[in-house]
Amino acid sequence: MDPIALKAEFPILHQDVNGHPLVYLDNAATSQKPRSVIEAVKRYYERDNANVHRGVHTLGSRATDAYEGAREKTARFLNAASPREIVFTRGTTAGLNLVAHGYARQVLREGDEIVITPAEHHSNLIPWQQAAKATGATLKYLPLQPDGTVRLEDVEKTVTERTKLVAIAYVSNVLGTVHPVGKIAEIAHRKGAVIVVDGAQSAPHLKVDVQALDVDFYAFSGHKMCGPTGIGALYGKARLLEKMEPVEYGGEMIDFVELYDSSWKEIPWKFEGGTPIIAGAVGLGAAIDFLEGVGLDEIDRHGRRLAAYAVDRLSAIAGVSIYGPKENRAGLVTFNLGDVHPHDVATVLDAEGIAIRAGHHCCQPLMRWLQVSATARASFYLYNTEQDVDRLADALVKTKEFFGYEPAR
Amino acid sequence: MNPLDDLYRRVIMDHYKNPRNRGTMEDEPAGGTTGSSAEPASRVTVNLNNPTCGDRISLQMQIEDGIVKNARFTGEGCSISMSSASMMTDAVKGKTAAEALAMADKFSAMMKGEKVSFDEYEDIDALSGVNKFPARIKCATLAWNALRKGVELGQGRHEGIEE
Repeated sequence: MDPIALKAEFPILHQDVNGHPLVYLDNAATSQKPRSVIEAVKRYYERDNANVHRGVHTLGSRATDAYEGAREKTARFLNAASPREIVFTRGTTAGLNLVAHGYARQVLREGDEIVITPAEHHSNLIPWQQAAKATGATLKYLPLQPDGTVRLEDVEKTVTERTKLVAIAYVSNVLGTVHPVGKIAEIAHRKGAVIVVDGAQSAPHLKVDVQALDVDFYAFSGHKMCGPTGIGALYGKARLLEKMEPVEYGGEMIDFVELYDSSWKEIPWKFEGGTPIIAGAVGLGAAIDFLEGVGLDEIDRHGRRLAAYAVDRLSAIAGVSIYGPKENRAGLVTFNLGDVHPHDVATVLDAEGIAIRAGHHCCQPLMRWLQVSATARASFYLYNTEQDVDRLADALVKTKEFFGYEPAR
Repeated sequence: MNPLDDLYRRVIMDHYKNPRNRGTMEDEPAGGTTGSSAEPASRVTVNLNNPTCGDRISLQMQIEDGIVKNARFTGEGCSISMSSASMMTDAVKGKTAAEALAMADKFSAMMKGEKVSFDEYEDIDALSGVNKFPARIKCATLAWNALRKGVELGQGRHEGIEE
């Protein structure tokens, strides 16, 4: 894999920001888009645009084919048993909320348990908090090791016969931890629970086989994996999706409508009320083609290699603290630079043309667990290089000088 | 001046590293109030945070006869938000509630890029560089928003309005 050749495919990356060539290291927030994805969306609007599932006319069938073709591609991407198991959504947040509303709130009873970790993104935490409140279920937290990993023996202890649902991110957006979701799924199933996986950070980097992992639900976003914003997908096992109630009612999702009652289409369409994000789905399909062309295994190896290199370079700077596991770290590094606030770090880096994220990363409980108010994060993707990491490290040294930070205190 | 130096002027870094009025009134040795743990009627406390980035401030003000007698803060945040809180608490002491609100308005105008100057407390002028950094304006205004709320709360109490 040649990141420099790949970078040529991303028009946005070839610009100066504040007088320096842009180094984009905020990929865990959103990735940039290759020309093929931008072109696919443009082509769809220029040639095929029409509403789906109802046109008798030619454009209507082209649009429907493009939309359903993207669903088949997504099903293959995750190795789902059938495209019927793929519900298009706005993104990971919408997918997780769909499971919380359509499944958890229907199934949970008082005394049941939901198990999550304190490291979850707010979008994999608040839906369960609210579902627990609404149903009288108890929300329980898996303990984390000091490096943010979970131990399977703790999963065995925390998940009980009363647990009906376990929700966990495959990859943590702050710590870069890669959780053993296949093994956690096995434990959850043995105790009679379903497992919901937040795939926001894994979909861009890991080859995921939902059948091999045997997860029940897997939600991800297109925009973090080279696709457009506003599109994502929820994978759900067919028998579970069939049990679920729709959450949004309207056009596109109905079978028969009478004055006082109505019935729904089959899965997955009963969850897709209203005109869907057709161009987004087309763009997602093009993003999947692009990633598969590069090779997910290659992308994963590249991200890990850059993260390991960044850990080396950054830990050589006195005063830098790095959070997360030493081994098995996905392609991101979360850190602090002494007592310089991460906002100040991010502003100085931005002046050097380097984009990173600073703040709580939508993980307030995790920030409290780490006993920090905020952190800085550099996250890598297939177009980043070791030179980008060098630019980051050099700029951090400058930042330290700028703020006159003395580590010996 | 390059934009970064303009953003992080010496006076800002001084307020950040040596904040004025940091702490709570309860910590003060002789703050003019009784040592009872109950908050006196003339004292207001405002907690504000910036949900998008995690900055937070807790502002205490002692407002007697329409005059800000004392102001102190605690909180967590970047150099811009904390230096702004340090300057604001220093600047409003001894001012009437109306004068304090007028300063808050002037601060908002400065963040919009209007040319204003704080003759009352000229350190604040150093924060004018923030308006070139749109992402950081909300850091600078946090303390001033707390001030507005605190004055409102104090006036409400004075007029006997239930909180």
